[in-house]
Amino acid sequence: MPEEKKTKTVKTIKVDVDKCNGCRACEMICSAYHAAPKYSGNNPERSRVRVIREPLRDLYVPVYAGEYTPAECLGRDKYVIDGKEYEECAFCRASCPSRDLFKEPDSGLPLKCDMCEGEDEPLCVKWCIVDALTYEEREEEAEEDEKPEDIDVGIEALADKYGMDKIMDAVARMSQQKKD
Amino acid sequence: MRYAETGYNLEVDLSRGNIERVETDPRDTELYLGGLGTNAKIIWDRVPPEVEPFSPDNLLIFAAGLLCGTPATGCNRTIVTTISPQTRLMAFSMMGGFWAPELKYAGYDKVIFRGKSPDLVYLYIHNDKVELRDATHLRGKGSIATAALIQKELKEPKAQVAAIGMAGENRVFFASIEQGRSSASRGGIGAVMGDKNLKAVVVRGTKDVSIAKPMEYMELCNEVLEYIKFRNEHPIPGVMPILAGLGSPQEMKVHDEKWHTENFSWGNSRTRRKDFWNEDVAREWTETLDSMRTRLISCYNCPMTCGATISPPGMPTYMMKCFSKLTYTMAAMSDLEFGLGIAQSATEYGVDGFSAPQVMAFALELLEDGILTDEDFPGMPEDNEGRFYWLLDHIVRREGIGDILANGTYWAAKEIGKGAEEYAHNNIKKHEQLPLKLSMLNPIYFLMYATGEKINITQIEGQFPQAPFPKREHREAFVKDWFQVPDEKFKQYFLDWEPRGDNSIPYYPTPPMACDIVDWQERMHYIDDALGMCAGLSSFPLKPPYHLHNYPKFISAGAGIDMDTEKLTQAAKRYRTLVRANNTRRGMSRKDEKPPKDHWKKRFPELEKELLDTYYAFKGWNEDGIPTETTLREFGLDYVADDFLARGILKKDGDAPPKDDTPDQDKEA
Repeated sequence: MPEEKKTKTVKTIKVDVDKCNGCRACEMICSAYHAAPKYSGNNPERSRVRVIREPLRDLYVPVYAGEYTPAECLGRDKYVIDGKEYEECAFCRASCPSRDLFKEPDSGLPLKCDMCEGEDEPLCVKWCIVDALTYEEREEEAEEDEKPEDIDVGIEALADKYGMDKIMDAVARMSQQKKD
Repeated sequence: MRYAETGYNLEVDLSRGNIERVETDPRDTELYLGGLGTNAKIIWDRVPPEVEPFSPDNLLIFAAGLLCGTPATGCNRTIVTTISPQTRLMAFSMMGGFWAPELKYAGYDKVIFRGKSPDLVYLYIHNDKVELRDATHLRGKGSIATAALIQKELKEPKAQVAAIGMAGENRVFFASIEQGRSSASRGGIGAVMGDKNLKAVVVRGTKDVSIAKPMEYMELCNEVLEYIKFRNEHPIPGVMPILAGLGSPQEMKVHDEKWHTENFSWGNSRTRRKDFWNEDVAREWTETLDSMRTRLISCYNCPMTCGATISPPGMPTYMMKCFSKLTYTMAAMSDLEFGLGIAQSATEYGVDGFSAPQVMAFALELLEDGILTDEDFPGMPEDNEGRFYWLLDHIVRREGIGDILANGTYWAAKEIGKGAEEYAHNNIKKHEQLPLKLSMLNPIYFLMYATGEKINITQIEGQFPQAPFPKREHREAFVKDWFQVPDEKFKQYFLDWEPRGDNSIPYYPTPPMACDIVDWQERMHYIDDALGMCAGLSSFPLKPPYHLHNYPKFISAGAGIDMDTEKLTQAAKRYRTLVRANNTRRGMSRKDEKPPKDHWKKRFPELEKELLDTYYAFKGWNEDGIPTETTLREFGLDYVADDFLARGILKKDGDAPPKDDTPDQDKEA
């Protein structure tokens, strides 16, 4: 029986840090596009892409705003690439208490990149004519639904750790909360 | 509500430590636009000619141009204005980089310093919080090192820092203000900053810059970006590579330096080396640049990558752009490795890359010819390159002979005497020029050199090709898509310009044509300097994306000021005249308006007189180069007219007074 394949569109901004000239046009246009009304102002501080830049160490990393997280992570990574050490949060997209990026400067509310939904391509890409940022869109087969066995494996791991009773209590409590 | 501009200046009294936020008059924006325009008005109002460059009453103004911080590509210029210790005239040097937009985001258009701080300080602007902070621990530190230390102590890596090095602290007359990849260098404005005991101006801003008509403005910005892409793909054929494309001269990209090294003069602007460039030099210099250049970089919101990060072996990394790549190399008759190395020290010390090498070559020429002796250079190394490092070090510290040289070739020659004046041969208005010595007088360049008040040829030339194209068909191809011209007649001027024969230099373009051409080129620079636009996308290259036809629209849609070509032209003429008025009041007149004697071998005194006469009349200036009463009143500069009449600079009918009434420009500093 032929399977009906589900597909999804994956949107990617490819960041080529070697091509970045550090001009921050991406920050400018992002904040202008998301201003209300559109283009009525700009302010890189509101941008959902920021260039982490340290010119004298030749570090240039455009980073996009991802998920909000209420707590900063305790374990962090430092990357050394081609002999250059990148700061701990250089490649992280989180809007997080440990950094001043990706928050509305007035309200502190988290920002997240929306790929300029509705435009032909994200505007940071359009304005990056040195091609540090390029846009790719591809159709991908959607992964099949998770198999029930996968859930069993997860719950077993939790039960090992906390005991089955506590898991049952937690499930009951969560489903009660959902109903409320 | 103010658009594009913030409507606020910071007034900082360094003597008293007082800081005020002052709302500006929107009518001044209409009349003088912003940046240079409004700076010229402030200098007129508050710095009368009696004020010496190193007086507490001299102002030092850091201004963001009117459109800085808006989405207009390449609009990032800071215009620094003060009275220069070297020329004793109004200096208005500019820097690109990131400082001006950040100032806008902090909520200000200008920072105006007056007075003198009792101790070395820096100003820290963080939105509404503005404070003077102790900088005594930064004394003697390099400009780049200072920026890094300040960012660290403030825990503000995103703060933009404009700082002076040791040269500024010691009031070297050609000290610069450095800002990472950019610097405001010409006219010794860094010396005024040092005199005020101001080590750095630091800014961090997180507010919005607003646009009057958002959709219209974005459309204009998009058109500019598209045209930049078009021009990147279509360099202009038939001109040298650095003039074919957009941006500042692309010195960080270009390896082929045949044109510069064989056409510009080496040493103390003396020697043409017409067979210098060969395969060996090309290979060696290419290797040098490739090995030291880490990355091509840009100023804020600009794709042109005119700058580069340079890491000379064994030295800290710094950033460079444009022609300072070669000035040290050529002054020292050395190679590129030396030039890129010593430029690192020069950037940290904070000196102008045109004047500093020339001053050093001048000193060594005086030594060679016995006007200075070995006793003037105690402990100087024997080797040529070591000598340049030694001289640079002594100049920025003002030690020994360095103390005299630190005043630039004009003043140093006067002090040294014994015929040294003949060696300070490459100055206009006391300011060192590009090391160019050519053969046949060019009428357009004659006028630009003579009358330019930024006193640097690159800051007045640009829109019109520097030389005729060999064949008419080339010229026809060139004018075909030349829509930037203010008037169709410019195309005809160019079409008829022949390399030789009747329609060639020095008699063609004719004086009236030369006036039109110079006026257009100069106006573009003045508009850029008011709006904060980089010359590299506007006034400097041929066929730029910004021009007289779209600028009025940018101002209307961006700043919400009704603007058309006529009104923009009037505004630009108004503050251009005001710049001249500031200098007239300081004694500048026709006697100062001359290119170096040896700039061209073939000179034509009668033609030169006719050119200057015609141009002065064209500009509405009298035969002494002073704006007439009629001109001043026409531009609404009645306050200038009244002042000139009261001072006797003008008589009621607009004539110049007897020559001996003009203030003496040459008095010692």
